[in-house]
Amino acid sequence: MEISSQQFKRCDLLKVKGKVDSFTAPDLIKAIEALNNENHFKIILDLSELEYMSSAGFRALLLGLRNCKRFNRGEMVLASVPKKVMDALELTGFKPLFKIFDEITPAVGNF
Amino acid sequence: MRTAIFPAKFDQLDAIREFAAQAARDAGMDDSAIYAVELSMDEACSNVIEHAYEGIEGGEIECTCDSDEKNLTIIIHDHGKSFDPSSIALPDLDSDLESRPLGGLGVFFMKKSMDELRFESLGEEGNVLTMVKYRRITPKKDGLPINY
Repeated sequence: MEISSQQFKRCDLLKVKGKVDSFTAPDLIKAIEALNNENHFKIILDLSELEYMSSAGFRALLLGLRNCKRFNRGEMVLASVPKKVMDALELTGFKPLFKIFDEITPAVGNF
Repeated sequence: MRTAIFPAKFDQLDAIREFAAQAARDAGMDDSAIYAVELSMDEACSNVIEHAYEGIEGGEIECTCDSDEKNLTIIIHDHGKSFDPSSIALPDLDSDLESRPLGGLGVFFMKKSMDELRFESLGEEGNVLTMVKYRRITPKKDGLPINY
């Protein structure tokens, strides 16, 4: 799994490429926490090149969302979610928790 | 029938998933079923690594895949502590963000992805988890699949 980040004026973009499982999910959490530690709580997760996500990845998403939304300081949104992951978001009842965008541009515009 | 033994470590999950995915491909399953099999294998083995082998080094997971005209059967055998996935409460899918528990999702995915799930504790011999995915029939009517 590769994570790359890009900073915008009002938010940060984290692109997650590859597979998120019990081995790689801690790196995703660390990447989100690294931004939080710099007081960046407005984050877009670009999932366009996400190939696979297990429950470990879903836990990372939940933790990231909680951290960002706490004290109303920000939000973590999802962009370009692959169909299989979207199906799992619906199945687990996670979908209502997240703002989800088809593409990056409107996600950036959200902030 | 094919069997492989993997070290019980998270960095083996790629290889473990591929082993199951190949078995599902060879059994002629479609992409959706292959993903379901991969996910279940991942979740099952992740639980073994995290719970059955908690605090134990050098454990191994023995995985067997077998298919026939009706289904694909996967058997996962570990030699760790007794761990029953059915004892894990299913996650609360409706609670709000702060109250939503983090646990239980792995077993939930397995139950939703596989048609049968059976767990057996063998005491000192470890645990055996059997997962079965039925082959889906896709009868065609007017050239379109009507059931999948």
